[in-house]
Amino acid sequence: MNTVEKVAAPVGRIHSWDLSTGVDGPGTRFVLFVSGCPLRCLYCANPDTWHMRDGRRATADEVMARIEQHRPFLEAAGGGVTLSGGEPLLQARFAEEVLRRCRARGLHTALDTSGVLGARAGSALLAHTNLVLLDVKSYDHAAYRRLTGGRLAPTLAFARRLERLHVPVWVRYVLVPGWTDDDDAVDGLGTFLAGLGNVERVDVLPFHKLGAAKYEALGIPFPLRDTPVPDRGLVRRVRDRFTAHGLRAC
Amino acid sequence: MMTVAVHEGRNAAERAWRGFGGSRWRERVDVREFIQANYTPYEGDGSFLAGPTERTRAVWAAVAGLFPEERRKGVLDVDAATPSTITSHAPGYIDKDRELIVGLQTDAPLKRAIMPGGGLRMVENGLRAYGYEPDPFVTRVFGTYRKTHNDGVFDAYTPEMRSARKAGIITGLPDAYGRGRIIGDYRRVALYGTARLVEAKRAERALLDAEPSTAEVIRDREELAEQIRALGELEQMAASYGCDVSRPARTAHEAVQWLYLGFLGAVKEQNGAAMSLGRTSTFLDVYLQRDLDEGVIDESRAQELIDDFVVKLRIVRFLRTPEYDALFSGDPTWVTESIGGIGADGRPLVTRTSFRFLQTLYNLGPAPEPNLTVMWSPKLPAGFKRFCAQASIDTSSIQYESDELMRPVTGDDTAIACCVSAMTVGRQMQFFGARVNLAKALLYAINGGRDELTGEQIAPPTTPLTGEYLDYDELYAAYDRTLDWLAATYVDALNVIHYMHDKYAYERLEMALHDHPVHRTMACGIAGLSVAADSLSAVRHARVRVIRDAAGLAVDYVAEGGPEAYPAYGNNDDRADGIAVGLVRSFMAKVRRHPAYRNAEHTQSVLTITSNVVYGKHTGNTPDGRRAGAPFAPGANPMNGRDRHGMAASALSVAKLPYDHARDGISLTSTVTPEGLGHDPAERAEHLVGVLDGYVAAGGFHMNVNVLDRATLEDAMEHPEKYPELTIRVSGYAVNFIRLTREQQLDVIGRTFHDSR
Repeated sequence: MNTVEKVAAPVGRIHSWDLSTGVDGPGTRFVLFVSGCPLRCLYCANPDTWHMRDGRRATADEVMARIEQHRPFLEAAGGGVTLSGGEPLLQARFAEEVLRRCRARGLHTALDTSGVLGARAGSALLAHTNLVLLDVKSYDHAAYRRLTGGRLAPTLAFARRLERLHVPVWVRYVLVPGWTDDDDAVDGLGTFLAGLGNVERVDVLPFHKLGAAKYEALGIPFPLRDTPVPDRGLVRRVRDRFTAHGLRAC
Repeated sequence: MMTVAVHEGRNAAERAWRGFGGSRWRERVDVREFIQANYTPYEGDGSFLAGPTERTRAVWAAVAGLFPEERRKGVLDVDAATPSTITSHAPGYIDKDRELIVGLQTDAPLKRAIMPGGGLRMVENGLRAYGYEPDPFVTRVFGTYRKTHNDGVFDAYTPEMRSARKAGIITGLPDAYGRGRIIGDYRRVALYGTARLVEAKRAERALLDAEPSTAEVIRDREELAEQIRALGELEQMAASYGCDVSRPARTAHEAVQWLYLGFLGAVKEQNGAAMSLGRTSTFLDVYLQRDLDEGVIDESRAQELIDDFVVKLRIVRFLRTPEYDALFSGDPTWVTESIGGIGADGRPLVTRTSFRFLQTLYNLGPAPEPNLTVMWSPKLPAGFKRFCAQASIDTSSIQYESDELMRPVTGDDTAIACCVSAMTVGRQMQFFGARVNLAKALLYAINGGRDELTGEQIAPPTTPLTGEYLDYDELYAAYDRTLDWLAATYVDALNVIHYMHDKYAYERLEMALHDHPVHRTMACGIAGLSVAADSLSAVRHARVRVIRDAAGLAVDYVAEGGPEAYPAYGNNDDRADGIAVGLVRSFMAKVRRHPAYRNAEHTQSVLTITSNVVYGKHTGNTPDGRRAGAPFAPGANPMNGRDRHGMAASALSVAKLPYDHARDGISLTSTVTPEGLGHDPAERAEHLVGVLDGYVAAGGFHMNVNVLDRATLEDAMEHPEKYPELTIRVSGYAVNFIRLTREQQLDVIGRTFHDSR
């Protein structure tokens, strides 16, 4: 590789990779978890991805070599590549490069984001994105700030922009008893999403505490340690509320 | 190929074969040709299937009602006084008025028989373990007058074989029990009837009579005489159930019945470790379709016949010892039925009866037997793939094997014996060879051939490695020498075993349902592959310090930097996976250097069944950080918890193991939570189809698929009575979870569950 390319090749900070099935977009996918996130969601299951500096430096070439190794499988399995994190848009240039190269190889691409940094997603980046997994943490502005430490408005703006650009969206909604199970907030979000033409489905994800061990290892308190996980009835009820707005809720 | 003379049975045959096409199979025994000329591929989905009838429910309830008592006592009943032969027992029934398919191993359901030809001690220990006294007459006959397979083997074992066996570096050998893994072509009984099969055998014999009487020819002649005798006994046993199997089956009902009686004869005569059924569903479909077309039966009746057949297959039982159960837990019989696949001409071998077999998991509920095995290809019809995947999700009772890898080697009439052993039905058999412990061999290399647990010299003495840290090149060279010795001792021991098995416990009926001469494989095997590969990877990519006891024996290892300091097999990382691939190739090459009994073709498997627990128990600390006594991963699986990138990445590592150097099969057991197959339940079957397609496209050979929650298994341990049907796939077969030993249950629960994070 010559010096010019070396300088030009975007470098990312990455946490890890996984192959997952049916939970990070369609089919079985190569999921790249990047490091660094501007939000501090109280229920976060991956506190080890908060800080960019904790990630491993990796070039797009390196990442693509790893993806390439899985390509025959991903193609046969009907999957693709998902950028997740952390917040991939915190490293928008790196994300764009990986998405571009995946598309160039014919792989289906998905971007898993909170949308908080949606403004950083350039039109080129979105042109290389087949699907956005948009994680809407809450539809109540005050609750959003309490739950994540960030603002809701940029996410809603990003959602509208995705609609204008005709980028398909799967919304993720983490259901936390006492935090996001309020009927009015769910209906509010349902109305908003139903008004967009590009929301293909809403995944209602029951809050879980599988990340608790990570908090312990990092020596930081897990804020929702005592919050119960939602029971099946609650999950069904919230799904039904979204369905009532004409959305496909899973 | 056998030539079948035309004889007076011509009329019987013409009536039985009405409407069938093709000609070659009429002139000589060739079931594959018959199937190809007559089957109707089915490309649709499962919507045509019928549920259980009242009759089916009643028959199944009658036998299922006996299971709780059987589970409590270990065995329901034993006939301790009658050594089992094809004709030893009077007919038995579950519910004579309701049963469609008849025949039991003894005169009552679940009553076990004794088969002392394999070894008298096994029988006596088996009886005593369940509170029965050995019969004095049987003891006198088999202790005084009639030598057993087990006696023969121990007469010919060398001291070196005995000590390797005792130390547990070569284990599970079929030297005291039936070797199994031979599939009679039971379809021949239905298609031709025994009279015609006897004639064909006589023709084979006539050719041998023209040969000079060398030891080999004499043995072959004697075996053929026994085969013909066994076919006569089958006829007699069938007659006791009112069936004339001397002539071909005329209807679907008869075809299922005749085929089953052939299989029943085999399980009356042999207590083989695996008594597999073959590839029967598409064969039977020809008969079922003809009867459906003639309007003689409807779909409900067609399903009933298969349901009733499967009821019988579910209750095959053998008397075994607690030591045997520790190795192969849950009372398995490996009545493996191979379903689906693609024909050489590109047409799928999927028929409606392929679906009907899988439908029994719903009509009768999930169960470990028969061992339902789908020959998977991405080219299978979409409706069938989806149906299989949904049944996996619902029942965890199906295993998948790559039709793409097998078809070019053993053809499109391949069936699986036991878990993963492919063979051409009726033309090929194997000498089952259990396995050697590759992880323990690595420790022998470090310790100069001494056992790490006892200090005893087992392998020939070599210079032990003495450095504070293990050096990769030095270790690899020592390991290579140890494996040379191991392969030589192993193949030699197998030759002894199979010589004696042929001599004292020959599978007369199963072999009568093969062509002569038959192609034989010597099926060697390896256990502990992931432990050995990870240990070598640790030494190469991290620093491994050796801890020695006062006598200088290496007893422990510290991989500096902890368990994540080296790349582990199971993460689609060539640095570690390449080591595993190298070990498979290298051990296969070593095995091939030693002549095999009856010129068998050498093969090997990467398979442990449940014996990974016992092997682990007998193996000390290993350089990968595994603790002494801890279970190995089953089969070719990555070590529990070290596959960190999800089920598919783990499977892709296993897919790298070369089938050409492991033609006896490579076993992978995957456990995934329902969520791990997708957030939306409606999409999970499609996703599982994708994973199987991707795995097979990547060169993967076998996958057991469990879709389970850890919590379910934990609850089943505490409340077994709530889970009588809970079936899980374990390294090549399925078991009733609540019938595993506690240790094995914990091992299963401790394995990697691939979750959605």
